[in-house]
Amino acid sequence: MTNSIAELEKDAKAIFLIGTNTTENHPVIGYKIRKNVRENGAKLIVADPRKIELAEIADVYMRFKPGTDVALINGMINVIISEGLLDQEFVDQRTEGYEDVAASIAKYTPEYVSTITGVPAEDIKKAARIYAEAEAAAVCYAMGVTQHSTGTDNVKSICNLALVTGNLGKPGSGVNPLRGQNNVQGACDMGALPVVLTAYQKVVDEPVRQKFETAWKVDKLPDKNGLTLTDAINKAYDGELKGLLVIGENPMLSDPDLHHVEEALNKLEFLMVQDIFLTETAEKADVVFPGVTFAEKDGTFSNTERRVQRVRQAISSLGNAKQDWEIICELSNRLGYPMKYSSPGEIFEEIRTVTPSYAGISYDRIEATGLHWPCPTEEHPGTPILHKEKFNRGLGLFHVVEYIGPAEHPDNEYPFILTTGRQLYHYHTGTMTRRSSALEEHKPYNEVEIHPNTASRMGIVEGEFVKLSTRRGSIELRAKLTDILEENVVFTTFHYKEAAANLLTLSEPLDPVAKIPPYKVCAANLEKI
Amino acid sequence: MINVTINGKEIQVPRGTMLLEACRQAGADIPTFCHDPHLQLAGSCRMCVVEAKGRWNLLASCVMPAENGMEIETESPSVVEARKIILELLLARHDLSCHTCERDGDCRLQDYCYRYGVKESRFAGEIIHFSKEDPNPFIERDYDKCIMCTKCVRVCKEITGAEAINVKDRGHHAAISTAFDGNLADSTCVFCGQCIMVCPVGALTSKVSMGKGKPYQVEKVLTTCTYCGTGCTLELNVKDDTVVGVSSNRDERYSPVNQGALCVKGRFGWDFIHAEDRLTTPLIRKNGELQPASWDEALDFAAAKLKQIKEASGPDALAMFASARITNEENYLAQKFMRAVIGTNNVDHCARL
Ligand code: SF4
Ligand code: SF4
Ligand code: SF4
Repeated sequence: MTNSIAELEKDAKAIFLIGTNTTENHPVIGYKIRKNVRENGAKLIVADPRKIELAEIADVYMRFKPGTDVALINGMINVIISEGLLDQEFVDQRTEGYEDVAASIAKYTPEYVSTITGVPAEDIKKAARIYAEAEAAAVCYAMGVTQHSTGTDNVKSICNLALVTGNLGKPGSGVNPLRGQNNVQGACDMGALPVVLTAYQKVVDEPVRQKFETAWKVDKLPDKNGLTLTDAINKAYDGELKGLLVIGENPMLSDPDLHHVEEALNKLEFLMVQDIFLTETAEKADVVFPGVTFAEKDGTFSNTERRVQRVRQAISSLGNAKQDWEIICELSNRLGYPMKYSSPGEIFEEIRTVTPSYAGISYDRIEATGLHWPCPTEEHPGTPILHKEKFNRGLGLFHVVEYIGPAEHPDNEYPFILTTGRQLYHYHTGTMTRRSSALEEHKPYNEVEIHPNTASRMGIVEGEFVKLSTRRGSIELRAKLTDILEENVVFTTFHYKEAAANLLTLSEPLDPVAKIPPYKVCAANLEKI
Repeated sequence: MINVTINGKEIQVPRGTMLLEACRQAGADIPTFCHDPHLQLAGSCRMCVVEAKGRWNLLASCVMPAENGMEIETESPSVVEARKIILELLLARHDLSCHTCERDGDCRLQDYCYRYGVKESRFAGEIIHFSKEDPNPFIERDYDKCIMCTKCVRVCKEITGAEAINVKDRGHHAAISTAFDGNLADSTCVFCGQCIMVCPVGALTSKVSMGKGKPYQVEKVLTTCTYCGTGCTLELNVKDDTVVGVSSNRDERYSPVNQGALCVKGRFGWDFIHAEDRLTTPLIRKNGELQPASWDEALDFAAAKLKQIKEASGPDALAMFASARITNEENYLAQKFMRAVIGTNNVDHCARL
């Protein structure tokens, strides 16, 4: 997030939610948004293919066809420009590339966009006006925006929207991705990415590598970009990747097109898994190391607002399980590169020395509340709001983004649009929540949401098992009738291994830049059993 | 600023300050049931009454602004008598089964009865039962212990925004209920457990923690939630090296993101920690089956395999998926391992999934 969570409760005068079912996926942020709307009269715009809970209190709700995000946002920008609602001073002084975007946006009139997205032109205008006229407006988005073959484009168009209205760098504004997992921000910050080391320092930059070569006392670090997760699966499938180490992930449920993943993993010479349970992935491993839960470890997580916070060990490691960091050290020692740390605190001290944005953070300083990076020095108070005076690159850059549309379209054989996501009571592949007695008792099975009209046309009743299939595979699960989605759209979650949504999803085409698979849209068929 | 005298001590407070706040600033310990600094005022329990010189009636200090020159007594005989009567009235409809109560030792009703020496009620008469069998797996609703402070109703509305519960009926028959007096699962309840957090007595408790430890037996460890990216602060409740519950700290200094508010996963999704099928020993595949192995055996085996692949096919034939769930420290070491030890940038995690 460019801005902090607290601003959504107090400072934002308008909030635009797109592709985030906030009350289910980030509930505490959802509470704050609702409070701001109800108590302070903040305006709320919700754009989502499903009429999610917060849509009930929205000033404008736009139900758009899955995968048409870029068109919708371009339409809003079109209104802002044509009605003169842009922040000219901000555009002049702090951005570049505006003219090209303005030219490209001319054709996205609300009327034209309406034909693509299914959203009435009037609503697009109203949403654009609310967002642009607010003193401070924040956009929040989640996987509903990024998990498309055009995910990067979707995000760029959101940035254009914020730039054109000057909604960056001030309290209550910003472009705010709500990250799905507790430490996804931290994993990125720490360089668990194929193209960057810590703090997004590029592996292809020679001076960066030299710095790390000195710090880590190695002769030469690899200088070409590595494989992304999805590329790695494909390389394994092709037999080029021989060995895979998996720590606390479950690609056998979380990745798209599971049959493909399974075949890829089967071809590996060596699969090592480190986890707290024998996950679907661990079952396929050659060696499995028992790690520990968050209750058994010390360290830090970085949340979606870039706040680095402490995790504290509450109980001893269960049975013979070891700390994940100890396992890595043990392996490293055996491979001739000694790693000797006495505690996570000592590792953190090393992180500070090579990670400029974390340099000023210490366990002492975050004993109570945590700090927002960038925090370059011990005296620095942390940075809840990014881009205050200038952008990292100086001027904020506009990007021309054209609407392309989803990769797979419904046809006669697969007439529905399937979109996937999460629900309140479970998390990700369910490894933890489905073993949490109360959560599992409350929501023990997967459901597919179907519009009542569709259901009655097909003779499907609430709670009965139906077959949901795509070109990749099929699952059987219970029907849940709801009119929060359109008649030709169905929705399900990926938490349940016995009805795994990712048997259905597409692994391709990946978003060309971020390599994100298009989970949110595929063509599907529904059958009564 | 105005001047007020509390128990003989003169202090200055800004105009508009409530008496309760002023008394507390002066060091007086004012008992309250319904007052909560983060919620709208109810002014209903009247435990916070104080005596002002020259006034014939006692003042509910939480809803009465301090006035210049006021002279306040916080434990005068009439104040104490009033509080005793309130406590006796509450006891008249309270199921005093403290010995089996989850909140025994952390209960305001117990504390105040102890403080004012209230053993039993003069008003005990016809017993009305309010308790509610609610077949949800999260929250036990034992309204025979409810003291009608309405904090649960307010927190549900004002913090969570669910508006699942409200007060039904009046007077002696007043009770907390969902619309149509039904089960929580059929209401707009999202099982955030904020109501448990604010309940001053044992009327609302966690079913997941039930029987696992009384408040004074558990140690609370402040940490960060393991689920979504919001990063809520919570407290793991530990007894005998076992996690037996989750509570939360409402102090902004310790809970900067959520001020104690949680969602159902954070508050009730913790018993996986001790699930029976936790992996507790390394496993190696032998003859097609995963079999228990010692740490040395498993680590040696893995190291040899990695070495062999690296030598035969080069470092880029290896890749790692680190994790959005493990700590920063662990992710740092994981990528350092792939880059410095194996010699490849093939490291990623499921940020995109
Ligand atoms: S659990 Fe949360 S939503 Fe349900 S009644 Fe309590 S406060 Fe309200
Ligand atoms: S259930 Fe608890 S919080 Fe709610 S009114 Fe009764 S005593 Fe107060
Ligand atoms: S308590 Fe709920 S909202 Fe808060 S971090 Fe945990 S999962 Fe997210």
